[in-house]
Amino acid sequence: MTKADIVEDIAQRTGLTKKEVAETVDLFLDKIGDLLVDGKHLEIRGFGTFKVKERKERMARNPRTGDSVPVPSRKVPVFKVSKMLKDKVAGD
Amino acid sequence: MTKAELVDLITGDTGLNRRDTVTVVNLIMENIGNALASGDKVELRGFGSFKVKSRRSRLARNPRTGDAVDVPAKRVPYFKASNELKDRLNGHD
Repeated sequence: MTKADIVEDIAQRTGLTKKEVAETVDLFLDKIGDLLVDGKHLEIRGFGTFKVKERKERMARNPRTGDSVPVPSRKVPVFKVSKMLKDKVAGD
Repeated sequence: MTKAELVDLITGDTGLNRRDTVTVVNLIMENIGNALASGDKVELRGFGSFKVKSRRSRLARNPRTGDAVDVPAKRVPYFKASNELKDRLNGHD
């Protein structure tokens, strides 16, 4: 399923135009990105929580040369699935 | 931040009123949930993808009693962030 499929379904079910729905979906996703960049998290009840985790700097190896190279600390977006969604997917 | 606060942020930037925005946002989650429940994956370009992994059944232990308990096979949803989103978080656009 892609964004286009979701937009299509929502437009059909609400009577809103595809353009209106697509704009809202895009803005929704963009804003989640903005929040995470600002270090905030977003909790969506019944779905899950988007947040940012910090990965510490670590040493890794170049597999070709065997040299140690430092991997700098970085931020990664994570999504914690709500219990409700887990149960739904597990088929309970 | 909650869903309601996010809806407030995007209402006004779209042509839709708050009520319609809430409806659209709720239907996004519903679509993703239904797709995952039927084993489908959802790809949102520039954002990330939602997929389902299968976990095999395994024997685990009740940490309190030490009894072996059978954990049945199940499907678990997960999110993989796009490279764009990861790059944005680290300051390279």
